[in-house]
Amino acid sequence: MAEYALEINNLQKVYDNNIVALKGIDLKVAKGDFYALLGPNGAGKSSTIGIIGSLVTKTAGKVSVFGNDIDTDLNKAKSLLGVVSQEINFSQFEKVLDIVVTQAGFYGIPKSTAMPKVENILKRLGLWDKRNVQARTLSGGYKRRLMIAKALIHEPQLLILDEPTAGVDIELRREMWSFLKEINKNGTTIILTTHYLEEAEQLCRNIGIIDHGTIVADTSMKDLLGRLNVQGFVFDLDHPLDEAPVIEGFPLKLEDPLTLVAAVNKDRSINALFSELTKLNIKIKSMRNEANRLEELFIEMVNSNEK
Amino acid sequence: MRLIDLKNYLSKWLIQMKNNFRVSVSLWTLTVKEVRRFLRIWVQTLVPPAVTMSLYFVIFGSLIGPRIGSMDGFDYIQYMIPGLIMLSVITNSYNNVVSSFYSVKFQKSIEELLISPMPNWSILLGFVLGGVCRGLLIGIIVFGVSLLFYPDFTVANPLLTIVVLLLTAILFSLMGFINAVFADSFDDISIIPTFILTPLIYLGGVFYSINILPDLWRSISMANPMLYVVNTFREGMLGVSDVSISFSLGMIITFILVLTSSCLYLLKKGTGIRQ
Ligand SMILES: Nc1ncnc2c1ncn2[C@@H]1O[C@H](COP(=O)(O)OP(=O)(O)O)[C@@H](O)[C@H]1O
Ligand SMILES: [Mg+2]
Repeated sequence: MAEYALEINNLQKVYDNNIVALKGIDLKVAKGDFYALLGPNGAGKSSTIGIIGSLVTKTAGKVSVFGNDIDTDLNKAKSLLGVVSQEINFSQFEKVLDIVVTQAGFYGIPKSTAMPKVENILKRLGLWDKRNVQARTLSGGYKRRLMIAKALIHEPQLLILDEPTAGVDIELRREMWSFLKEINKNGTTIILTTHYLEEAEQLCRNIGIIDHGTIVADTSMKDLLGRLNVQGFVFDLDHPLDEAPVIEGFPLKLEDPLTLVAAVNKDRSINALFSELTKLNIKIKSMRNEANRLEELFIEMVNSNEK
Repeated sequence: MRLIDLKNYLSKWLIQMKNNFRVSVSLWTLTVKEVRRFLRIWVQTLVPPAVTMSLYFVIFGSLIGPRIGSMDGFDYIQYMIPGLIMLSVITNSYNNVVSSFYSVKFQKSIEELLISPMPNWSILLGFVLGGVCRGLLIGIIVFGVSLLFYPDFTVANPLLTIVVLLLTAILFSLMGFINAVFADSFDDISIIPTFILTPLIYLGGVFYSINILPDLWRSISMANPMLYVVNTFREGMLGVSDVSISFSLGMIITFILVLTSSCLYLLKKGTGIRQ
């Protein structure tokens, strides 16, 4: 049996307008994993997912789902895969129940077999009360849930969600998280793309970062967070400085004459920095911690890829 | 050894049967969805042809018809009936598929089909069957309306009538499909029906026999494909035609085969549906 839920080799995509969306990416996602694919807008996340779900044609490369190559065993791959696209993709004028039953039918599940499954999944997603309303009247969060219900109706082993919580309010987002955690615990491999780093941090065990069609990092969340051993501090100064002082072991940067930024390694004491600054007669009015950790790292990685 | 062969054979057969079952369910689902779609919007789909055709029968049949006299030996209203049925079947089959498939593309719910293991041929067949059902239903409605105005109508060759009706509905459903594949806007799905299809049908012998035309126009009319469809149907219903029936049937079937292959090719390539 296959080792990976998803295996991608040298995947390339050039769109008709000659935009190169994917420059040959490699990705492996283990069975049972909860994997985050992170990247700024236009990085190629949706293109990758589109290719896996055969909604987008690939230019080159290989994709297999649980060992089923989409070039040779497409139907098997499709039956193991569920995809929640970034954009709404159901007919707005149909009823919630009909949409899910129809999707089951496209997978070859007759209505009589599908009904109990549909009831179950709609209840779990809090959509059962809304089963007879036209889809277009649902709020954004419920539309997103309907997308998830559709993707799960054939009980796929691999669920891929493309920015599932974009534009969804906090409460609904947390509900969705616990739902996803639960199905992952029950054995479904999950891959999600997201803009919210907190989401990736909360949910995912492994993480890939993609930028400009290239994978710039592919590692475990733990490892990635471990790399964050440098903390940034911002000092507001009492007197303006002309240039940043040079202190051994503490890289310093002058943002403006009154703001000094320091990168402090976790294994170093910040006291040492203070005493060095005092020696140089630099007085500090106030101090704060620099922004979010993962955010920082993310921006750093993406920036270094740009160079 | 033998036993293993048998086991292999049986398990292969079982997989095949399961697969066939799955494909049949998906095809049935899509067809039912397509039929339900046009039934749900019946005010837009079923009523207009009934109303328009009633007006044609009142104005051209009852009021002006008697002054025209006979056409090919039939009362004018009687001569018109097959033409008007064809006109309705052609436009409705075409419109059903072009608008349904385009809106599936437009709303992105095409992804529901593409993500599923449904084979391309059954996606095509599902949409075509939707168009055929609407075409046939409209054909029956218009025939019903015409009986109100001309109760004595008898069908000369019921078998030929039904065969041509079916083939026509299939042919124009396929054309609607191709139109939708290439369409990028709602304008694109009305340009061909309005500027090509409708004029060709009106000039294709719906209202008259091309025998009444001067030689030049008669020759030009012979190049109009609609003429063959309309006249083959008229042969079925009335037993008269301006063209050779076997030639027309052959052409219709050839076109169906060519268009089916083109549709399957476009689906395989993903034209207009996969980027
Ligand atoms: N249908 C398309 N046609 C042409 N270019 C596209 C299309 N879809 C996406 N792109 C381009 O491909 C690149 C990757 O896009 P996408 O995969 O949507 O990124 P992401 O999902 O990470 O935001 C972008 O530059 C985008 O403009
Ligand atoms: Mg995207």
